[in-house]
This record gives sequence, C-alpha cells and structure tokens, in this order.
Amino acid sequence: MARTALQPAATPPEQIRNFCIIAHIDHGKSTLADRMLQITGVVDERAMRAQYLDRMDIERERGITIKSQAVRMPWESGGETFCLNMIDTPGHVDFTYEVSRSLAACEGAVLLVDAAQGIEAQTLANLYLAMENDLTIIPVLNKIDLPAAQPEKYAEELAGLIGGDPADCLRVSGKTGEGVETLLDEIVKQFPAPVGNPDAPARAMIFDSVYDTYRGVVTYVRVVDGELTPRERIQMMSTKATHELLEIGVISPEPTPAEGLGVGEVGYLITGVKDVRQSRVGDTVTTQRGGATEALGGYRDPKPMVFSGLYPIDGSDYPILRDALDKLKLNDAALVYEPETSAALGFGFRVGFLGMLHLEIVRERLEREFDLDLISTLPSVVYQVRLDDGREVIVTNPSEFPEGKIDSITEPIVRATILAPSEFIGAIMELCQSRRGSLRGMDYLSEDRVEMRYTLPLAEIVFDFFDSLKSRTRGYASLDYEPDGEQTADLVKVDILLQGDKVDAFSTIVHREKAYSYGVMMAGKLKELIPRQQFEVPIQAAIGARVIARENIRAIRKDVLAKCYGGDISRKRKLLEKQKEGKKRMKMVGSVEVPQEAFIAALSQDAPEKAKAK
Amino acid sequence: MAGMPSALPDGEPVPSDGALPVDALKALRDKPFGAYLHVPFCRVRCGYCDFNTYTLGELGPGAGITSYAATLEREVELAAQVLGEPPEIETVFVGGGTPTMLDAHDLVRMLDALRRTFGLADGAEVTTEANPDSVTTESLAVLRDGGFTRVSLGMQSAVPHVLKTLERTHDPANVGRVVQAARELNLQVSLDLIYGTPGESLQDWRRSLEAAIALAPGHISAYALVVEEGTKLAAQVRRGDVEMPDDDDEADKYELADSLLAQAGYRWYEISNWAAEPDLRCRHNDLYWSDANWWGFGPGAHSHIGGVRWWNVKHPRAYADRLAAGRSPGAGRELLTPAQRSDERVLLGIRRAEGLPIAVLAPGARSAIAGLIADGLIDGPAALREHRVVLTQRGRLLADTVVHRLIG
Repeated sequence: MARTALQPAATPPEQIRNFCIIAHIDHGKSTLADRMLQITGVVDERAMRAQYLDRMDIERERGITIKSQAVRMPWESGGETFCLNMIDTPGHVDFTYEVSRSLAACEGAVLLVDAAQGIEAQTLANLYLAMENDLTIIPVLNKIDLPAAQPEKYAEELAGLIGGDPADCLRVSGKTGEGVETLLDEIVKQFPAPVGNPDAPARAMIFDSVYDTYRGVVTYVRVVDGELTPRERIQMMSTKATHELLEIGVISPEPTPAEGLGVGEVGYLITGVKDVRQSRVGDTVTTQRGGATEALGGYRDPKPMVFSGLYPIDGSDYPILRDALDKLKLNDAALVYEPETSAALGFGFRVGFLGMLHLEIVRERLEREFDLDLISTLPSVVYQVRLDDGREVIVTNPSEFPEGKIDSITEPIVRATILAPSEFIGAIMELCQSRRGSLRGMDYLSEDRVEMRYTLPLAEIVFDFFDSLKSRTRGYASLDYEPDGEQTADLVKVDILLQGDKVDAFSTIVHREKAYSYGVMMAGKLKELIPRQQFEVPIQAAIGARVIARENIRAIRKDVLAKCYGGDISRKRKLLEKQKEGKKRMKMVGSVEVPQEAFIAALSQDAPEKAKAK
Repeated sequence: MAGMPSALPDGEPVPSDGALPVDALKALRDKPFGAYLHVPFCRVRCGYCDFNTYTLGELGPGAGITSYAATLEREVELAAQVLGEPPEIETVFVGGGTPTMLDAHDLVRMLDALRRTFGLADGAEVTTEANPDSVTTESLAVLRDGGFTRVSLGMQSAVPHVLKTLERTHDPANVGRVVQAARELNLQVSLDLIYGTPGESLQDWRRSLEAAIALAPGHISAYALVVEEGTKLAAQVRRGDVEMPDDDDEADKYELADSLLAQAGYRWYEISNWAAEPDLRCRHNDLYWSDANWWGFGPGAHSHIGGVRWWNVKHPRAYADRLAAGRSPGAGRELLTPAQRSDERVLLGIRRAEGLPIAVLAPGARSAIAGLIADGLIDGPAALREHRVVLTQRGRLLADTVVHRLIG
C-alpha cells in the first residue's frame, strides 16, 4: 500500500529506484502505469483518468506515447519506504535516441510483454538498448487475464532472450491489478539504487524537454552527481548557455515544487526558456557557479533522416503554416524546415523529420491543431551526389538533383529487425529482396517465431514498407530499424511530364531498376486522376531525356448534360458555381489543368485504391 | 417525363401566401409568360427516372389521381392572387410523370382553369406529354377539342432490348399509331428519344432515329441518358449489373443523331432539340432558355418570374395539404443576384441555335471568343458577322467548357 512519501532533496539514493517500462504499443504499458499510480496512492481511483500519462490527444488516439514524463511514487517494502521514479519512454522507432536517453536515466527496466502476443521487434530493439545501458531487466507478462494468454510459451521466449528461468517471469494484469504489488516489491528488490557523488559539482542529464504554453520549457532531468536547488543559475553544458532556475520539482502526478533534487533523483526544471532547442535531450545540466567541467556522455544532435515538402492546399494559408511550424518547433527539437517553392504546389516548406512516424505526427498536429489542409510530397532521404568534376551535392529534394555527369551517389541505409511468425519468412524475404535488402542473420526466438535482421536502404523503408510488411504478414510482423551508415547505389531521378512539362512534385529518386515501375505506376495513377481536357494529354515518365513510360489522357468529347428544362436550371447554375470554385483549386501545368485533388491522391501512397473506388 | 429532377435545391423559405418581391412582379410583362403543369403519376416507375413521380399505390386519400385536377386548380387561384392582374398565357406544357394517366377530361379541366383565370393568348401552344400506350384516338380528340395543340410522345427507342433496359413498357408499334391519330387531329407531334442506354449499340441508336424520322413528326428531342443518384439504374450501375453510359459513346450517338436528323430536314434549335420548321419548335421550352417567366403548378414544380426561382414541395400529399390550408405550396426559392442572372443567361442562351449576342457578355469574357473559334467550339462567321456566340457541333457537346471559358 501507499505510504508517507519521502521528501525530494532529502531522499538518500539507497531509497530510490529509477525505472522504465519497455513495451510495444497495445501491450498495456499505460494501463499498468495507471494501476501503479493507483496502488501507490499517487492518484486515487476517482481522479484516475484512463492512461494518465499519455497527455496528448494524438498519443491517446493512437495508443502511443510520444513524450516521456517521470512520476514519483512512494512504496513501502520490507518495512522501509522507497521512492520509485517511473520514467515513461516514447515507444517508436523514430525516437530511438530519445528512448536511449530515458533509459540512461534508469537503473532498471520492466520488460512488459503481452501474454497473448509475445515480444515485438520494437520492444526487442529497446531491450537491446536497455541491456547496452546495463539496466537490470525484470521480465513481466501482462494481460494474463485474457483467454488467449499463453504465459508459458512467452515466458520461455523472454527467458531465451535475456537468460534466466522462465519461472522468474512475473505475471500481471494491468487491468485487474493482479500481480502489480508483487511487481512493485520486485522493483525495489531487484533494481539497483542509483549511485553518485553528492559532494561533486552538480550534473544532471536531460531526458526530456517539453514546451508548455504557460510555463515555457519544462525540462526533465535525472541528477547524477551533486544537487540542484532553486534560485541557482544553471548551465547547459553543450551550449554553455546559462539560465535562471525558476522552479524545480517532481511530478507526483502533478508538478510539485521542491527544495531541490539530489543524487539519483528525477524531476523537472523550469528556467523560462521558450524553445526546447535551448534545453536539449541528452545534454548535461550543471550549476553556473562551481559547475562540472565534464559533461555526462551520450549527447547527440537530432538528425533529420526523411524530408518532405509540406504545402497548404489553400495557398493563402502559407503564413498560418509558417507560424504553426514555428510553434511546433518550440516543442520538437528534431523538427527542421525551410521555405520551398514548387511550380505545381506553390509556396510551402521543406521539412526534415526523424522518420515516417515523426512526419505523420507533425502533419497531423498541423492539420488538427492549426486547422490546416496540407499536401505532403513523396518523402525523400538525404543523398550525396558526387559529380564527375569532383563537386559534391547534398540532395534532400529531387529538384536539387544535379544535371551534370554523375560519378556516384550514396544513400543512407538502416539496420532493420523484423520479428514475425516463422510461416512468413518467405513473404518477408521476398519483400526485403524487392526493396534491395540484404539479410544479415536470422534467429528463432521460439519454435515458431523468428527474428530477421536486414540491411535496407532507408529510402525503401520510407515508401510504404511498413504497410507492405503488415499486409504480407497479416499484421503479425513488427519492425524496428536504426541508421547504419551509407552505401553507394545506382540511383536515378525520374521525372513525370504532362504534355512535355515537368511536374516537380512527382519527381523522385529511385534505384535504376525501380525507375520503370515507378514511372508506370505514377503515369497510370495520373491517367485516372487528371480529368480529360479539350486536347489529348500525354503523360511521360523520363530519366533525363529518355522516356521510360507513357500514358495518354484522351481528349474530352462531351461534357454537357443533354436536357435543361425549368426544373434543371437552379441545379445546373449551382453546379456551375461549384465548378467555378473548383477551378480556383486547379493548378496549371503548362496548359493542362490539374485538380488539387489529383495531386493529393497521386502523392498519397494508397492512391490507386482510392482512384479505383471513384 | 421531362418534368423536374426529384431532388430540390437549397433555398430560402417561400412566404406562406406565396407573395413575390415587387421587382419580380414588375418584370412580369417584359417577357412571355407560360404555365407548366406537373402530373406526378405513373403506372410504373422506370428504372432511370428520377423525376418527381409516384405510382398509384404510393399515395393516400386526398392526394390521388381523381382529386388531382381539383387540387391543382387551387394553385391556379393562388397564382392569380400572387400575380395581381394575371398575364395572358403564351404556352402551356403538361409534364410528368405520365400526364395521360389522368383522364383526358381532367387535363382539359386543368387547362380550362388556366384559361378562366389567366386567359390564353391567341395561337397559344398547349402541349402534353404522353405515353404511347395511354392515349387513344378518342382521348386525343378530347384533348384537341379542349384546346391542346401538341403532344410530346415518350418514344425513347425503337429497339425492344433498349426499351426493356429502360423499363419502358409501351409497345413500339403504338408510337406510329398515335402519331398517325394525332396528325389526323391536326395536333403537332414531338417524339422524345433517349440515347446511351446500357447495351444500346450505335446500330440500335441508328434504328431508333430512322424509325422516328420515318414517322415524320414535326419535332424530335434526343436526350443522353443520365444515371441520376437514387434511381434503380444508379444502383444497377453501382452493383456492376449494367455499365455506366460512356461519354465517348454518347458523343458518337449525338453526332449520328445530328447528322441523320439534318439529312432528314430537321434543324437543331437547342442542344437536344430539332424541328422540321422554325414554327414547329417547342415555344414553351424556348421560354426556359430565354429567361422568360413561367409558373410551374403541381408538386415539385419549378417557377421563374423576374429573377425569382422557386419550387413546390415535392410530395403530392404535402402539396395538397398546403393548398387545402390556404398556404403556398412553395418549398423554397432563390432571389437571383445580377451576377447569377447573367451567368444563367450565358448558361441557357448558349444552348440555342440563335446563340448569345456577344454584346451581353462581360468585356472580359469577350476575349475568350477568339480562342473558342480557334478550338472549333463556336462558329466563326456567326461571331464575326452577326456578333453572336453560336455553338458548333463540337461546341454543343462541350457546352459546359464553353460556358466556363465565357464566364469562368
């Protein structure tokens, strides 16, 4: 049961346990966290809001956690009171670096696996990260109340992965609360207490940084050495910038100011800065006066991996988009962008993302929170193009692809891990092969589940790889990947031309062997999507001057409705008025009128189905 | 059958007494005035039809076929009150539905009410639509004696499998019989044809055109089949049971119609209408295309007077109840802005062989003329010498494009 809490800044490290929960989406992390908050008395049942920790709407709807937070919970075990800091980790492949920082703030990790589904690739990836960080792991099977649960099978799987006896695997139900108290006791028993030097200059690691409209940036830290106290100026060691410490405290479960934070403690800082870039994840906080000289290791600048053009559908929304990006940037240190112009789409921004989920989240937030309708262009990775004359060009947008004679092109590659039932090995190999993947290794996790490791070009992953993987494995496969350097490849730029005019939004960089199928696919899509014009419109896909695929939109011969009598007139005029409006949304490519909807549909990766449904 | 689509537009409410704005009433005598009478009954509903029509079993007491003429007379009285001093009627058109589902005497009774209340102009054109199976020599004689001058027969096709797809039940042989009877009674005759029915070949269509021409009516209409939302045909298309009419096929069929009809001496005077002589054109329809005034009587009927368009409640029951309560059956109306009226003038005027005086176009629109001539959409000599926008055959098929280029 819940006990009297220990006071921040006066809690000996021996009484502290810092841990996180590693789990796949849907494996019940939030429910378990809720149950812990309730059992430790931090949140009472009436005030319990389902999935308390996931604050953002998008997170809640998607059942994923983007931003981590840390909650301090009191727990009595063996007659002693402890302070448990539960650090919530983001749960997706794009946020690997943020996950690694959250893990670095912990001594232990609860490995939470759905007893009906077994471990997933992304969980496995995070488990590796946790083990690299020397975290103690407690394996836990969740949802043991489900009829489909197979705890024995998956306990074996977990024991196979981390060593130990399957019998040591805890079994809980976040839903009913069964086994959760035992888990809290085991956290105290198994996880090491933090170790640090209380007399050394203060050093705290930032593991999260969140912009709050009212308070500015809220920085979450784990104190390693020394002590942070209010009204003391602090310094960010990577930038040397100093800030006044306006407030320091812990979350339990609401922010509560404290006298300070000592060795091993986890809490938040408010300095009055307005941009998360001034308080970066992974950076070390020290005191301005008598501060540390050596930062904690592991800091890295976030590096965008995927680029896409974002354009407002209504061109007059451009200033709103700019302001919206400026606002999102306050809370997203990984978001980079610069203005871009497209002949076809007008004014927009070239935006860099950590990965595809990051792209989707940003786009969705822009549409939802700022009421924008956006078109995003085909995602592109970062290519390095070396020309015969020795010049090197960095290309994040096909339109920057140089015209001259090309010596070589390098593209980013990733190390991907796919977990799936063994019956899908063939299907996965086929997919990865078609995406230029090379198999690095394969292991059986259990009798019927495999882990496959591939090297794949990132460009192949950003283009509907995950959807293809899911559909080929009936949704059973899971994927994780991390950057793994670059490779040279035989890449070409494919342009799409309407009546001989290039449509910049449809240009893409692909492997030479894929150029033809991209050309055929895009020309076919456009043939369906672009309304017939008064004249015939040839659609061509070309590499340089060489046409590789071609379609024709035949000229329209009839558009008039045969009858127009008394009762038809209002309807007909209204239709005309609507078409006049629609005309404003037409983009001219040369002399061809292309409805904006055609751009949207052609650029969305599931467009062929939509076009057929019309 | 050439009535009004079943879905009504959005508009503002009509005052309960049906009153019109003063400005609209002032315009009443600027243009010819016509009357449209809607008869919302059919024996069966055809699969392609989205007009406001009901089979007999669908309607309850008080809204049925026997009391219909009496109900409609109430609206005639209401119209007279709203218009103050009612203008003489130049044209009357009875459409449906199948007007000839009503007893010929009922149709005459409705015409009498108009004559009594408004007066018919000398030489007024009075048309009724008719199903070839629901008229006889006797009923045609009753109509003629009662003042009807013209019948418009829903022939649709001469090819049995096409009629079957359209769910038209009439016997093709009856068409000739009725045309003959009408001619003997000195009634003008129009034959209405539909092209583009799923399964209709170009040869089938030629056969229908030739059959119609062989009967030598004064007037022929040819409409492309439109699959309207909510019809049985639309559902069949959606299920994939029949194929959606193809625009290119319809274009071929239009061109065939235009050339066969021209060879037989028929001249187009509106996109879908051809007449053997200028005075055999349907004057009532011309009214619609020339921004004139008309009152549409009956459920779902549309009216236009001086820039006000309004439409009645759709259901015969609601229509009868409103009139019984002394209220206007108007369901909604729009007061057209000058810009809307000018768009309509282009939209409608361009459909006619007379075309549109270039002078009525906005100065900006005139700059589009050269391009339209170059693209073969409008007639060059007519534009240069007569200063009129007249569609070429290609332009008739692409009339919407021409309208967009003129007003867009």
